[in-house]
Amino acid sequence: MKICVLVKEVPDAAVRKRIDAGSGRLDRGGERTLNPYDTHAIEAALSIREGGVVEVDEIVAVTMGPQGAVRALHKAVSLGADRSVHLCDEALAGSDVAATGYALAAALEREQPDLVLLGQQSDDGECYTVGAIVADHLRMPSLTQVIRLDVVDGGVRCERQAEYGYDTVEVALPAVVAVGDAINEPRYPSLKAIMGAKKKPLETVGVGDVGIEVARVGGAGSGAVWTAAKEPPRKPAGRMIEDEDTDATVAEIVAWLEERKLI
Amino acid sequence: MSDLLVYALHYEGAFNKNSLGAVSEAARVASELGGEAHVLVLGDSATDELCAGLGAYGAARVFRCGGPEGLAQPVVDAMAQLFAGGDYGYALFGGGLLGFEIGAGLAARLGAGVAMEVTAVSVEDGKLLAERPILGDSAISVISFRKLGIVIGRLNAFEALERDGAPLPVEELDVSFSDFSTRARMVTRGEQRGEEVDIEGAKVLVAGGRGLGRAEGFELCSELAEALGGSSAVAATRAVVDAGWFPYSGQIGQTGKTVAPKLYVAAGISGAIQHKVGMASSENIVAINKDANAPIFEFSDLGIVGDLNKILPKLSAALRARHTGD
Ligand SMILES: Cc1cc2nc3c(=O)[nH]c(=O)nc-3n(C[C@H](O)[C@H](O)[C@H](O)COP(=O)(O)OP(=O)(O)OC[C@H]3O[C@@H](n4cnc5c(N)ncnc54)[C@H](O)[C@@H]3O)c2cc1C
Ligand SMILES: Nc1ncnc2c1ncn2[C@@H]1O[C@H](COP(=O)(O)O)[C@@H](O)[C@H]1O
Repeated sequence: MKICVLVKEVPDAAVRKRIDAGSGRLDRGGERTLNPYDTHAIEAALSIREGGVVEVDEIVAVTMGPQGAVRALHKAVSLGADRSVHLCDEALAGSDVAATGYALAAALEREQPDLVLLGQQSDDGECYTVGAIVADHLRMPSLTQVIRLDVVDGGVRCERQAEYGYDTVEVALPAVVAVGDAINEPRYPSLKAIMGAKKKPLETVGVGDVGIEVARVGGAGSGAVWTAAKEPPRKPAGRMIEDEDTDATVAEIVAWLEERKLI
Repeated sequence: MSDLLVYALHYEGAFNKNSLGAVSEAARVASELGGEAHVLVLGDSATDELCAGLGAYGAARVFRCGGPEGLAQPVVDAMAQLFAGGDYGYALFGGGLLGFEIGAGLAARLGAGVAMEVTAVSVEDGKLLAERPILGDSAISVISFRKLGIVIGRLNAFEALERDGAPLPVEELDVSFSDFSTRARMVTRGEQRGEEVDIEGAKVLVAGGRGLGRAEGFELCSELAEALGGSSAVAATRAVVDAGWFPYSGQIGQTGKTVAPKLYVAAGISGAIQHKVGMASSENIVAINKDANAPIFEFSDLGIVGDLNKILPKLSAALRARHTGD
């Protein structure tokens, strides 16, 4: 079995993310890191490999992003991917989520995976949708928010929480599965793996290499157009207490509850 | 291009409230665009009577097709078929999970633009604009669409408005599903993990999250709920329900319950949007979190930065002492 894992580089959680007022695009400044949700997808791939039900020939990390995004691939490889593919091209800048999914699907098409794994959401994009978009382009069955995944005859058996409770769905391979963060506890990379990551094969491809129609990507090829920014409605800031002396904190909470006639 | 198509999710004889909200919203937008709101229902378990009732929410036509229920890709096929033969400019989905998958698949199929987590839609110069909060709700992007537009609503963003409307005739739709759409098979649907707990009726909710550290951590929440007295209950986030620490029936949020108690206390909850959408209308929100930057403090009335293991037991004890001291 060949598994491709989609990974993305995102701003570090500690970085205040902001939008460039002129373009509506994310300001790419500050520390960046591998999208934490994607480490669960990598771990899921490793679990399948280590589970022994099927032989996993290869785990390939795939990303689309600017030059710096190679760092996400290095991290993915240090966590256990065998090699990586970086889809990187000026023409892709400004792609919306639908265009991004289309472009990723083109890069995946070339790899012919049996299973595509990805995270439940990107920390910056928060779209929850790349999986379903990629699947439709690849004409593969798919499921998102999967918290249990078992390899069964010819497919994967998946569990996930949906609107009415937990669903169990059997999906035939090849398939696209986005995993939820409850699926596993991702391991930490070893120092040796971190040092060795840059030596594993990394291929950089452009739109021409994977047959992407330029008219369908980039800002101009995107169907969703950012037109303006708006301030969100904010509720007045609440009262904050730093807990230093817990007895005093508790007295303050009780007084607050009394004041509001909640007790 | 002036009609809107809505997918209405149904389960056990009723439509999802968020789907009905999407139908009402689509009807409002369609009237501004000079078009109609049409609805697709998938699955034979939706009766004629149920489907006909969509007229009362503003639908002008309702289509039903047979097929496997609870999966996204067959619905994508059905909606794409309607788009091909209709005058649709937009598709609209209520908040939840399936709508994200269907909307995304449909956007890919149609080459449409898609906006998700949308909190409001409006019409300007004959075109639809969608308001999409981004970056943890710190800003809103206003999105327009170059050609076709797919709008996936945030949970509870669109209100279901029932009016007097004649029952609609149900139009049967024959869909030839794509080969890959039928390669996923529902084995069991809607499994209720854990016991049945009632959080919708409670006036006071103490909700626990991953910060409780382990299943037993919920004892601290039960203790506080009891000490707060009256009609109180304990609730949870998806993270801890997925982990098996708390029953699904007590989950608040996008794929759980929507609640609005008089008092909501969060212990060890970060305040992710999918949780927030299920409790933001609570009258008084108190949050205890050790991380001063936790998003939950952005919408709390009282925020306590500290360790719940230290604060909760003392708070419960203080409240109990207050009772006995009366
Ligand atoms: C499609 C979809 C649907 C979803 N539906 C839902 C839903 O219905 N309901 C829902 O809740 N979520 C839902 N989620 C998940 C949601 O995005 C979050 O992952 C989840 O709400 C996080 O739960 P949490 O706050 O318990 O955990 P975390 O986000 O891990 O937060 C734990 C918090 O505890 C704090 N903490 C840790 N230790 C302590 C301590 N000792 N004292 C005090 N504080 C401490 C930490 O600082 C942290 O802020 C959904 C996600 C998706 C993608
Ligand atoms: N540019 C990208 N390159 C590779 N994978 C991506 C990219 N954007 C999103 N993904 C994958 O899609 C998942 C869901 O992202 P999103 O739909 O943006 O919330 C992420 O967890 C990643 O696995």
